Amino acid sequence: MIALLLAQTIAITGGTVYPVSGPKLGNATVLIRDGKIVAVGAGVAAPSDARRIDAQGKWVTPGLIDGASQLGLVEIGAVAGTREGTLRGDTIAAAFNVAEGINPASVLIPVTRIEGITTALAAPSGNLVSGQAVLIDLAGGTIEQMLVKSPAGIVADLSETGKAEAGGSRAGAADRLRRVFRDALQYERRRPDFSRAQMQSLSASAANLEALLPVLHGQEPFIAYANRRSDIETALRLAREFKLRLVLAGAQEAWQVAGALARAGVPALVEPLDNIPSYDALGVRYENAALLAKAGVKVALMETDTHNSRNLRQQAGNAVSYGMSWEQALRAVTLSAAEIFGVADRYGSLEPGKVANVVVWSGDPFEFTTAVEHVLIRGEEIPLKSRQTELLERYRKVPPAY
Amino acid sequence: MRQPLLLLLAVTYGCATGAARPARQAGPGPSPTAPAQQATGDSTSVDRQQYPSTYQRHRNAPVLIRNATVMTAAGQEISNGSILLRDGRIAAVGAKVDAPADAVVVDGTGKYVTPGLIDEHSHLGVYAAPGTEAESDGNEATNPVTAEVWAEHSFWPQDPQIPLAIAGGITTIQALPGSANLIGGRSAILKLVPARTVQEMKFPGARYGLKMACGENPKRVYGQKGGPSTRMGSMAGYRGAFIQAEGYRRKWDKWNHDHQGDPPDRNLKLETLAEVLRGDIYVQNHCYRADEMAQMLDLGREFGFTIRSFHHAVEAYKIRDLLAAAGTGAAVWADWWGFKEEAMDGIKENAALLQQAGVRLNIHSDSPSGIQRLNQEAAKAMYAGSRAGVPVTRDQALRWVTANPAWALGLDSLIGTLEPGKMADVVVWSGDPFSVYAKAVQVYNDGWLVYDRGDPAHQPRTDFELGQVPPPGSDR
Repeated sequence: MIALLLAQTIAITGGTVYPVSGPKLGNATVLIRDGKIVAVGAGVAAPSDARRIDAQGKWVTPGLIDGASQLGLVEIGAVAGTREGTLRGDTIAAAFNVAEGINPASVLIPVTRIEGITTALAAPSGNLVSGQAVLIDLAGGTIEQMLVKSPAGIVADLSETGKAEAGGSRAGAADRLRRVFRDALQYERRRPDFSRAQMQSLSASAANLEALLPVLHGQEPFIAYANRRSDIETALRLAREFKLRLVLAGAQEAWQVAGALARAGVPALVEPLDNIPSYDALGVRYENAALLAKAGVKVALMETDTHNSRNLRQQAGNAVSYGMSWEQALRAVTLSAAEIFGVADRYGSLEPGKVANVVVWSGDPFEFTTAVEHVLIRGEEIPLKSRQTELLERYRKVPPAY
Repeated sequence: MRQPLLLLLAVTYGCATGAARPARQAGPGPSPTAPAQQATGDSTSVDRQQYPSTYQRHRNAPVLIRNATVMTAAGQEISNGSILLRDGRIAAVGAKVDAPADAVVVDGTGKYVTPGLIDEHSHLGVYAAPGTEAESDGNEATNPVTAEVWAEHSFWPQDPQIPLAIAGGITTIQALPGSANLIGGRSAILKLVPARTVQEMKFPGARYGLKMACGENPKRVYGQKGGPSTRMGSMAGYRGAFIQAEGYRRKWDKWNHDHQGDPPDRNLKLETLAEVLRGDIYVQNHCYRADEMAQMLDLGREFGFTIRSFHHAVEAYKIRDLLAAAGTGAAVWADWWGFKEEAMDGIKENAALLQQAGVRLNIHSDSPSGIQRLNQEAAKAMYAGSRAGVPVTRDQALRWVTANPAWALGLDSLIGTLEPGKMADVVVWSGDPFSVYAKAVQVYNDGWLVYDRGDPAHQPRTDFELGQVPPPGSDR
């Protein structure tokens, strides 16, 4: 069944195509075969066997990527039995990979994807080192089918909530991370001694130390939540000391050190509509995303309300309203996110060879007037249905016909 | 957005959580701008002024905004229109309006003008930023019925969230107790202006609201603390409270009538509940599920009051016919859902379906973040309806955040539309307020320019912010 669907050739014709990797193309065709994009351009002819999607007057973009969510990891916020994102019992939970907690049948997934979000980070939370985040496509009947990249990074929390996991002091949190990083490197050098119990005890379990090694070798991103400027600077310091591929998340006061982030080549995952001051970030402001982008920082956007991950569009629109260019904002919800999570060879733009996650919009994806008309994930058209559309249909008349 | 905050609130204290009990106020003080005395005078238990408003209108030169698209929320969208604000009132609206010689003239070319936005459900000031326990004053979670508490007695005028909401075009709020309790206490109806005291913000003449809450929150808070632990226990709790209030009301009404002997003892809880029974305080009822709203309508029938508005009401669309027949309004989000079981059936077409059925609905925030863009939330709900074949006009959607919440607060004769004689609560937008790219550029509250995006002299900052929050030039 899946093979048959994937074998389909689809031509999205006549739309204004925003490849993100290059300038927009008027009256262009996106040709898709076997789940991949095979051609994009004005002169691309649709083969006779292709199913055509008429996109005249429409906008065509890559599927949007939410840089932080718990899609698949939470069903009902207040029902603990449906939450899978936090591992209790170990504040250095580096070996905790959330993938097997994902519920492919989650009703949130259709609700989200029919509004143009096709890919999301499913991230752990809590603890000082929260665990391994994975990148998922919002389609597929099994976890394996959904996974785009696992792990996509190890998440740690250097914010006010993280320090509580490290004895109640920011300095304690940084120190705890340093110790565990050093221990991981020592563990790697002396595995035989460790297994013979011929070395002093280390500050985390072997599994967690092992899991940190790809981060310490720069093979996986270290995604650090930090909001206060001093915490962001601590994250930068740790990254220098241990040669980490740091990705900042939250980053509410990052605009204050935008130049330093740009020079260090550190990207940031930000939520543009964050602006409520807390003691963790008294300097939080709407212009954060724009100021970072202007300084040359690679920015991807997040919608941290998992149930309304679909409002990533609104986040992006508001980022534009507060100073990002429209093109920067579109990139921040597509290609930049793909680059940050190390999948830009397959995701984030409309280019031959890339996975065919494509959305056809009635207009500007960030505007409220705009409707999603077609969503393709891995080249397969997604029916625009969800539990919510079923509720709507049932209650178009009251009392309903059961 | 901000769902983690919401969840935190829901689990620990917030609104999508708590409540208290109502008390009664003697007639609010006379108002410089609002002659309509909406709460009655002679039904009060005691003959004394209680906690009056000290709100004063600022004196300002007349303002003429011209060449703008004027959206009146009263049926008109006037291209190249003008509006004149004078002495705190809207003096004229139309295609051509003459300016007095002393008027400040604002060029509205390319801009849009709407009434000031009204949030019927806010916890500004009672759950103030920076969100510490020290500033957590929204739920008197010590008893399931705390009708005796008043939100104004918790309200902190230096909450740094207030200027953010003003910059979003909000001019009036109802600040409510949380939803921990069955009956959570009196709301405060406030002009959203910089002030030292809550009394300086109290909307002159506004009647109080009574916060009540159904569903999961009171059960969660009291389930292990003596109850209620079930929805049926909650119903019994509301009924028991109002039965007591009926007796109290009878005693006081009799004494107020004949003044025979000593007055009955005052009871702060029952004073407020008696005022609900007299129709002087509106019930503002946090309630998610359709079946529970139907139960609460019955509760109102048992005791002879009409619930003014169901708040959150994510399932209101399922009983929109019942709500329309009861004359009860609904305050809803555009798209919040799923953070708890009773919120699982939220759909984006809720507002549009309610509109179609003739329910007086408004879009509320319940959020210090959402309150900054009620216009965007209304836009989402409007277009969601249109896409689903449930069309909503721009005027109707604008009324969701202006005239309709004004009605829910009993203030629709004073605020909520751009009509001559209404209070000069006016927002100038950089573009179509239903666009994601539009921002409030000027906000007038009672004729006073309380916010101007282009002028730091009109960007109020709270005491809290001084010396610790960002430099000038930011939208903070």
